[in-house]
Amino acid sequence: MLTKRIIACLDVDAGRVVKGVQFSDLRDAGDPAELAMTHARAGADEIVLLDISATYERRSTLLNVVRRTARELFIPFTVGGGIRSLDDAAAVFDAGADKITVNSAALADPALITRIAQRYGSQAVIVAIDALRISNGKGISFGVKATGGRQSTGRKAVAWAREAEQRGAGEILLTSIDRDGTRGGFECELTRTVVNAVNIPVIASGGAGTAEHFVDVFHDGHADAALAASIFHLGVTPIGALKQELQDAGMAVRWPC
Amino acid sequence: MIAIVDYQAGNLASVRKALDYLGYESAITADPGVIAAASKVVLPGVGHFEATTALSGSLQEAIVNAIDRQIPLLGICLGMQWMFESSQEAPKLRGLGLFAGECEKFPVQVKSPHVGWNQLQVRGASRLLRGIPDGAFVYFTHSYRVPVVEATVGNCVYGGTFSAAVERGNLFGVQFHPEKSGTAGLQLLRNFCEL
Repeated sequence: MLTKRIIACLDVDAGRVVKGVQFSDLRDAGDPAELAMTHARAGADEIVLLDISATYERRSTLLNVVRRTARELFIPFTVGGGIRSLDDAAAVFDAGADKITVNSAALADPALITRIAQRYGSQAVIVAIDALRISNGKGISFGVKATGGRQSTGRKAVAWAREAEQRGAGEILLTSIDRDGTRGGFECELTRTVVNAVNIPVIASGGAGTAEHFVDVFHDGHADAALAASIFHLGVTPIGALKQELQDAGMAVRWPC
Repeated sequence: MIAIVDYQAGNLASVRKALDYLGYESAITADPGVIAAASKVVLPGVGHFEATTALSGSLQEAIVNAIDRQIPLLGICLGMQWMFESSQEAPKLRGLGLFAGECEKFPVQVKSPHVGWNQLQVRGASRLLRGIPDGAFVYFTHSYRVPVVEATVGNCVYGGTFSAAVERGNLFGVQFHPEKSGTAGLQLLRNFCEL
């Protein structure tokens, strides 16, 4: 049976893994290559490395970190942050990434998704969407933000996810800005809404705290995968224990592995 | 030396990296001469069946010659699909036809592509799958699949049962990515390298 994936995310700034609360207040959490190996051994199904300062500071992705991290990692490895062109993507693939994520650059130039997918295949292109809950008189919707949650785009998450799929995205990485770093649980409503709108896998992100949160986002959010960062780095919820709990709750997970 | 055939279909570096890690010398190449001198040939690849048009002319000849000389060949993902007769993904193209059958789309009831870790059901004796337990998890990412055929040595279930691994003599194919499948995948690559 196809399993629900547990993805460990390394938010990297200046070559170190950091983790903030709601996209700010950064704290050092270790070396990316070491943490990636630790998580892979502990049972992570994939590793995602996001260069979180790349777009904002206009720095290119840290290719050395990618190379070092990829060297002995034999599970899928995704890299994102600051990928603005096919050349940027090519450099990251050459350094050892299996997939890339594009976010702000795809919002500015949606054809970028197609260009990368045509060259490397859709399976290698993840469109990352940072979404913010909007409540007004007409009800609830989810707006899309660019540049690490700093910039409004006028787009809605569902429409953008559909467009990304049409343009060749192979997966959607969906982050709730409201929940990011809070450990208060995933945004299941956002996740479910996007999952129901597309036919490609959706990775839920933002808000992971306990095993129960993962059960919720798989059951109620219908997510194909769930991503977390700080709870794994800081050992709050070890991946092995999390997978055991998910299995006990009747979820198909890759465990033991 | 193990030749990793470069036909501009996806990231070949990850296969190379896994072989390096296991301690086997390999080269990423599109040179028929290098393939002719190789002790084994790996045909990786992800993406559209159309990409296999690059496997024509002298490159295809070199691969066919290697097969005729009983050089072990491992097709991965798209590489495996090309070892079959054809694919619904590009109906006008022909595969090598080493195995009978056509690659088909997943039924509409399931999400496509099939992405993630799924279980390998080992069906009887296989040199490629030696030491890999029945039910081992391996990593898939594909939109088309190969039906179960006589040469199938490993099944996978997703919208029905399909071939995850095929084997006949020195011809081997896997739909999943052993270079991305943790210890089970490394075991498979080691088995191939040690043939």
